[in-house]
Formats: sequence, structure tokens, C-alpha cells
Amino acid sequence: PPAHSHSDWIGPPDKHSNLRPIIFHVPPEESPLERRLREARQEAQACNQRFWARHNRAFHQEKEEFIYSRLKAKGLEMRDETGQKATLNAEEMADFYKDFLSKNFSKHMQYNRDWYKHNFTITFLMGQVALARALRWLRWRKKNVE
Amino acid sequence: GLFVWRLTGTGPRPSPCQLLPLCQAASHRLATFQYFSFLKRMYVTQYNKDLSQRAKPKSEPVVSPFHELQQLDQEKKVIHKISPIPPVHQPWPETSRRNELRGVKSAAQTEGSVTAGRAESTEGRQWKEMKLQLEELPGILARLSKIKLTALVVSTASAGFAMAPVPFDLPCFLLASLGTGLASCAANSINQFFEVPFDSNMNRTKNRPLVRGQLSPLLAVCFAASCGIPGIALLTLAVNPLTGALGAFNIFLYTCCYTPLKRMSIANTWVGAVVGAIPPVMGWTAATGTLDAGALLLGGILYSWQFPHFNALSWGLREDYSRGGYCMMSVTHPGLCRRVALRHCLALIGLSAVAPVLDITTWTFPIISLPINLYISYLGFRFYKDADRSSSRKLFFCSLWHLPMLLLVMFTCKKSVLEKEDKGDLRGQSHGRAMEIRLP
Repeated sequence: PPAHSHSDWIGPPDKHSNLRPIIFHVPPEESPLERRLREARQEAQACNQRFWARHNRAFHQEKEEFIYSRLKAKGLEMRDETGQKATLNAEEMADFYKDFLSKNFSKHMQYNRDWYKHNFTITFLMGQVALARALRWLRWRKKNVE
Repeated sequence: GLFVWRLTGTGPRPSPCQLLPLCQAASHRLATFQYFSFLKRMYVTQYNKDLSQRAKPKSEPVVSPFHELQQLDQEKKVIHKISPIPPVHQPWPETSRRNELRGVKSAAQTEGSVTAGRAESTEGRQWKEMKLQLEELPGILARLSKIKLTALVVSTASAGFAMAPVPFDLPCFLLASLGTGLASCAANSINQFFEVPFDSNMNRTKNRPLVRGQLSPLLAVCFAASCGIPGIALLTLAVNPLTGALGAFNIFLYTCCYTPLKRMSIANTWVGAVVGAIPPVMGWTAATGTLDAGALLLGGILYSWQFPHFNALSWGLREDYSRGGYCMMSVTHPGLCRRVALRHCLALIGLSAVAPVLDITTWTFPIISLPINLYISYLGFRFYKDADRSSSRKLFFCSLWHLPMLLLVMFTCKKSVLEKEDKGDLRGQSHGRAMEIRLP
């Protein structure tokens, strides 16, 4: 994002977390409230990024391991004659999906709580900031008119 | 309407000329992509259920991974983008107000080199300014409110209205439809507001406005409030309080029960089925002002329909659900998933047979609807037995035309209002008027 820009910039989805990173603009006359908002957003972003990157990596890794172990049990190799990666069909993968979901259930519960907390806090702060800015603008308008 | 899918890439941008060729290249691809997903989205469902999409190939981001500090990465990313073409000029000063960003120079170089970005294909892979683009706002809001799903919800509510055994009142019908539509928009917006990180991780939902940063969460909430509050007020004051209460309850059920429950227990499917069943009940109560057996029957039919529809759909999304942490029957209790789907297909047959008993339709309705009900039950049975991708898809696609057809048949078999005179159902209308509005 260019240096002269006054807004935040959002990027393409991250390879591991699938979340879109945001670069926050720090205005020189940032009020304490605005700083709180920005920091809350940064913290939430970092927290989300950590969680999903780790979670998705774990998923892919465990999926590979599962496929490998199943293929071995069936006596097959990871790649067949044509060099294509061997995969299991959906029904066989279903066991893995079920397993993975139940293993990570409490992790998700904790994350849900954190995410909802972050989301509400950030939105509430955004509301406060918007209100403060609106009042400031009105005062400025009044001053200019006089 | 197709306008909803109008390209967002063609509007004027804050840093115009540099990115325009980029956008044009992107927009062509995006056009086909979005048009295609529009066609796919034609098969849309009730507003509590996930949409059906053939899994789109997961697009690999061209840029390198995101680092916590974003500095080096920014540089790397940008240099990767501009590699074939040497930097044209460096208009920007080295110093940056943002100490996070050391890659300002490189960023500037990107800005300068116009044609470099051919490597970047679609819009979603560029860095975009997080400023609300007013000209894109209608499209963004349409996607936020899941406008097509809302349209379907409104049509089921209209079906409920039409089936009510009272003379047709056009103003009331329009107000009820509008109110229901607004309530649905509000509920869908709040749902998206709650689900941003999860939506980003699922193929089907990763292009939603909040995920892409096209509008802020605050705006989403304000939009929801500005739809929901007038919508419910309209229903309560201009139609009747019962409809308003049902609307408010449904919004609550969808946003505060179904959405969080999706990640906690498989019970979410049943809650979601109720959410889908309420709109026709709302239509009925809007027309008659009372919650009688007919309303419940219509609601029951839609409730039962949700199961074959959603369970079949969720069968193909198991991987995404598992990774995303969604508790769905298809993942955790696959046998139950298929049993429930079959059970409710059969229930549809039963419910259709009850309709004439309650004087909503004539006896021709269960007879005419029997073939389609039997067909969906057959597909439900096949899904139960085979439990594979093709049977789930067949069942899902059947459910898409089954419901409209069932409702249509129901409407054509509706018991004429005139025959109900004796039962005193008419709301103070003259006999003459009733004669004119008599249905075929």
C-alpha cells in the first residue's frame, strides 16, 4: 500500500490461514480511542492468524498421515504407476473428518468464545470512534460556519 | 438479477491509472467466474441453509505467506509482482508514517509499473484499500443480505399468504412480503457478521463482502439494524403483531441460535429447519391474523423439506465442515444424516395427505403431489442405501425443483374461498366480493 494512503489496506488470503491480512493506517493525530480500536483489531488479527494457520496445517498434515496409513493398510503406494498422487474416496475420508472434528471440538469452542469477544469489542469500538468523529466533524462545521 | 454480480473491478479506483489494466485483465476472468457462480447460485435455498456449489478449485494465492509483522513479506510480495519489469520511478519518499511498512519503496515501484501486474489474476489477489466504494455498495449489500436467498424466503412467505383461506388482500400481501424480506436481509447480514473467519476458510463462502473487507463490521451491523427494525416494525404495525413477533423470533432464532449452534452441536440442523419453516407461517398469519392448523401444516411441510435438502447438500461439504469446525450430521453422524433425510421425505407424503383434512386443499392435492413426493422419497432411499456423492447430489437437485412444484400444486388445488363461507372464515368481506376473488 502506498505511503500517502489514509486508509487501511487488505490483502489476498494468506496461504495457511486463508484470512486476509490488513495493514492498518496510523494517522498522526490518532486519538486514544482510535488507538485502542486499532490495537484491538491487530490483536484479533494476530490471534485469528495464529489459530487458523496452525489449525489448517494440522489438518493437512493429519490428512496426509491418514491417507498414507490407509494406503499402506491396503498395500498401495502414495503414487500410482502414472505418478499421480493416490487418494482415498470420500467415504474413506469420512472417518478422518469425523475424527478430526471431534478431536478439535474443545479447541473450536475456546476459539469461538475468543472470536465473538473480539468481534463485539471491535465493532463496539468502531461505533464509538465513528460517533466521536461525527461529533468532531459537527463541531468543526459549526466553527467554520461562525 | 444479474446486476448483483456486476463486476466490482470496473469502477474507478482511488489509485486509478496504475491498477486499471490489472482490473481489466482481472475483470474478464472475474466475469466468467462470477457469471458461472451466478448460474450455480440459481439453485439457492432457504435462508438458513448453505448454498449448493460445486466445489470451486481452491485458488492458490500467488503471493507468499503472511507474516505477523508483515514487513519483509510486503517487500517480497511486491517484488514478486514486478519482477519482469524494472521499476519505472520512485515517486514516494523512503520515510513512512507506518513503521510496520519497510517495503514502501517497493510498494511505490509497484504503483509505478503499470503492466507488471499481469501475473496477478483476479481481484481477490491484490491489495485493496479498505474504503467503502459507494458505486459498489448495492452489490455489496446484496451479497451481504444474501439477496437471492431472501427472495426465496419471501416467495415461501407469499406461498403461505396465498394458501390462507381468506380473500386476497394486495396491500397486505405487499407489506408482508416487504417486511419479511427486510427481516431476512437483517438476519443474513448478522449471520455473515458472526462468521467472518469461518467463511474465509470455506470455499463456498470466501468471497463474501466482510471476508473481503469491502465493508466494515460496523456497517454490516448498521445495515442489519436498518433493515431489521423497519422490517419488524412494518410487520407489527402495518400487518399484525403476530407476524411481527414471528419475524423477530425468526431473526433471533437464526442469528443467536442457529449460527452459534452450527459450531456446537448437530442440533443446529433442526433449529435451522424451524427457521426455514417460519416464513410461510408468517405469510399465513399476515393474511389471516391467526395461527391455525393450516399455517402449522405449511410450516411442517417446509420443515420436513429442509432435511433431504440440507442433508444431501452437506454430504458433499464434509471436508470443509470438518476443517472449519462445523458440527454437522454428515460429518459426525452420517447414518443419522441419511436416516433423517429419508424419514422426512416420507413425512412429506404424510403431510400432503393431511392438507385436505384441514380444508386447505382439495383431495386432488395429495393425489397429484404423490408422484413427486414418491420420487423424492425414492431418491432419499437411494441416498440412505448408497451413501455416496452421486445419490446425495441427485437428492439435492431434486429438492430444488420439488419444493416449488409442490407449492404450486398446492396452490392450484387450494380449496376455494367460497366453499368456506359456511365456516365463517371470511374477514367481514361481502359475499359479492368473495365471489369475484374466488380461486379456480
